[in-house]
Amino acid sequence: MSGRRLTHDLFFYLGMLLIFLPFMGGKVAYLPVVFAAVWGLGRFVRFAGENRGIVRFREGVVTAVAERQRLAIALILAVAVGLPFVSSNYLIEVLTSALLYAILASALNITVGLTGVLVLGFIGFYAVGAYTTGILTAKFALCNFWVALPLSGLAAMLCGILLGIPALRLKGDYLAVVTLGFGEIVRIFLTNLDRLTGGPNGILGIKRPSLGPFTIDQPREFYWFALAVLALVVLAVARLVNSRYGRAWIAIRENEMAAAALGIDVFRKHLLSFSLSAFFAGIAGSLFAVKQGFISPDSFTFYESVLVLCMVVLGGIGNVTGAVTGAFLLIVLPEFLREFAMYRMLVFGAVMVAFMVFRPHGLLGSRLIAREAVDREDAGAA
Amino acid sequence: MFLQHLLNGITIGGSYALIALGYTLVYGVLKLINFAHGEIYMIGAYLGFILVSLLPALPPFFQGHLLFFLLIVFLVAAGLCALYGFYLEKVCYRPLRQAPKLTPLISALGASIFFQNFVMLTMGAKDRIFPQTVGMTTYTVAGVTGTPLQLAIILSSVFLMALLWWFINRTRLGVAIKATSTDPLMASLLGINVDTVISVTFMAGSFLAACAGVMIGLYYGTINFTLGYLGGIKAFTAAVLGGIGNVPGAMVGGFLLGIIEALGAGYFSAEYKDVYAFFILIAVLVLRPAGLLGKGVHERA
Repeated sequence: MSGRRLTHDLFFYLGMLLIFLPFMGGKVAYLPVVFAAVWGLGRFVRFAGENRGIVRFREGVVTAVAERQRLAIALILAVAVGLPFVSSNYLIEVLTSALLYAILASALNITVGLTGVLVLGFIGFYAVGAYTTGILTAKFALCNFWVALPLSGLAAMLCGILLGIPALRLKGDYLAVVTLGFGEIVRIFLTNLDRLTGGPNGILGIKRPSLGPFTIDQPREFYWFALAVLALVVLAVARLVNSRYGRAWIAIRENEMAAAALGIDVFRKHLLSFSLSAFFAGIAGSLFAVKQGFISPDSFTFYESVLVLCMVVLGGIGNVTGAVTGAFLLIVLPEFLREFAMYRMLVFGAVMVAFMVFRPHGLLGSRLIAREAVDREDAGAA
Repeated sequence: MFLQHLLNGITIGGSYALIALGYTLVYGVLKLINFAHGEIYMIGAYLGFILVSLLPALPPFFQGHLLFFLLIVFLVAAGLCALYGFYLEKVCYRPLRQAPKLTPLISALGASIFFQNFVMLTMGAKDRIFPQTVGMTTYTVAGVTGTPLQLAIILSSVFLMALLWWFINRTRLGVAIKATSTDPLMASLLGINVDTVISVTFMAGSFLAACAGVMIGLYYGTINFTLGYLGGIKAFTAAVLGGIGNVPGAMVGGFLLGIIEALGAGYFSAEYKDVYAFFILIAVLVLRPAGLLGKGVHERA
C-alpha cells in the first residue's frame, strides 16, 4: 500500500470516527476497535471479490445442486416435515413464522425479482389479508377460516390492482415510493378506522382453523399447514417462472424497451405480477392472523416491508429458493443471537449496505444473472 | 383561525423545504433518490440536542449571548452532518454508481436502518426533550398567536434558501453542480471533477437537512430516533410536489405541503394528518409526475 493511500485511509477513517463521536459519550474507547474491524473486513471482502475462486466455487455448488435437484428438494422437504418431531414448541413457533415470511418473500420475489419492480410497502397487502380474515372470522364472525382464506387473498389482490393501475405507469424509485405510501396509508387507516379494525388495539380472539372434527391447533399442526401452503406457493412461483408469463416478466426486467418491441404488453404483465404477489401476500396475512389469534397495526410497519425485501435480496434477487433461504436466515439466525438483540438491527443495516456493495446478486443469485456476471468478468479478464 | 393555521404551516413548511432541497440537489446530479436523507435530518436534530444540552456546562458568556450560542449550535451540527452526507455517499452510493437502479436504493435503506439503530443505541429509544433555551413568550397580532422562535425559524429557513441560491448561481462550485446536473459527461469533459461535485452536493443537502433538524427540535421540543422516516417521506413528497430536481420547486413544494398539512389538520381531522402527505404524493406522481414547477419529464426512470 502506497503512502498516499495510507494517508487517505487514515483521514477517511478518522473523519468517520469524528462524526460518530458526539453520540458515543463514555463508549469512545470502543470506536477504534470497531473501525479496525470494519476496515479489515472491507479489505478482506475486496480481496475475496478480486480473487474469483469464490465465484467459481459458488457456481460449482449451484450446478451440483441443480443436477440433483429432485433429490435435494425431496431431502429438504423430508427434513422440513420431520423437524417438528425433534424441536421444542418454541422452536416450532419460530420456524412457523419463518414459513410465513418465506411465503411473503416468495410473493415479493415475483415483483422485485422477476419483473424488476421495487415494492416498499409490501406489508400493506399482508395487512389487508390479515385484517380481512380477522374481520370476517372474529370481529363480525361472518364465515369460517376456509372461506376467509381465499377472500383475504382476493382482497389483497384487489388492493394490488387498484394501486397498480395508476402506480405501475411509473417506474423505478417513483413506483417504490408510491408503494411505500400505500403501506403507510393502510397502517394509518387500520389505526383510525376503529369500528371496522378495532383501531390501535386491533382484533382479538381469531380462532385457529378447523375442518370437520379436526382443528389445526397444536403448533406442530399449524407448522405443517403453513409448510403445505409454502410448498404450494413455491411450486406456483417455480411453474410461473418457466411459463410464458415468467419469461415475459424476466424479459421486462432485463430490458423493458426490447420486451415491448417484441410485443409484450408491459403494463398488463406488470399488473399481473403485481396482483399475483399481492394475492399470495394476502394468503400469508390470513395465515398470520389465525396463527397469532390477534392482530394490530403494530405488526405491519415499514420495517416489516424492509425485512421481507431483505430476504429477497439476501437470498438472491429472482431466485425462487433464494427467497425461502433468505426468510429462514433472517428469522431463525437472529433467534440464536438473542444476547446481541440490541445490536442486531445495527448490524443488519450495515450488512445490507455491505451486501449491495460487495455481493449485489445475493447469496444464491438468479442463476441467469450470476452466469452473466461471471461471463462478463471472464470477458473482462481476457 | 385560517391565518393561525397558515402561520403554523409555514413554520413546518420551511423545514420540509430545507430537507426537500437535499433530495432535489442529489436527484439533480445523480438521478437518484437518497433514501437515507431523512436520517441525516434526524441526526441533525440529535446533534442539536447534544450541543444545546452542553449549555449549562459552558462559560457564562454563552448563557448571556443565547443567539450567538444557537448560531454556533447550528453551524457545528450542520457541519458535522455535512460530513455524514459525505460519508454516506462515499460508502453507500459511490461503489454502486454503475449498478442497477435497485441496488443503491437497498443500500440506502440499509444505511437508514444503521443510522436509526445507532442513534437508538447511543441516545435511547425514548423521546428526548430539548432543554428550554429560548423564551416561550407568545405574541398575538391580529388574532394570530406566534412565538419569536417561529419567526426566527421562518426567517432562517428563508435565509438558508437564499444562501443556497447564491451558492448555486454565484460560485464556481455551484455552477459546476448546475453543469453536472445538466449533463455529467459534458461537465467532466470540460474539466469539472464530477466526483467532487457529487460529494459537495451531498454535503450541501445534508447541511440544510441538519439545520431543519435543529429547528424542528427547538420548535417541537421533543425528538425521537424515528423522526427521520416520516420527516424524510414528507420532504420527499415536497420535492416531488414541486418537481424533483428543481431547486425553486423544492422550496415551493415544502411550504405548500406544510400549509396543506396544517390546514388539513385544522379543518378536517388531525388523526389523518400524516395521510395527507402520502395522498398528495401518490396523486402528484400519478397525475403530474413532473411536479408543479417541473418542465415535463424526459425519463421517469
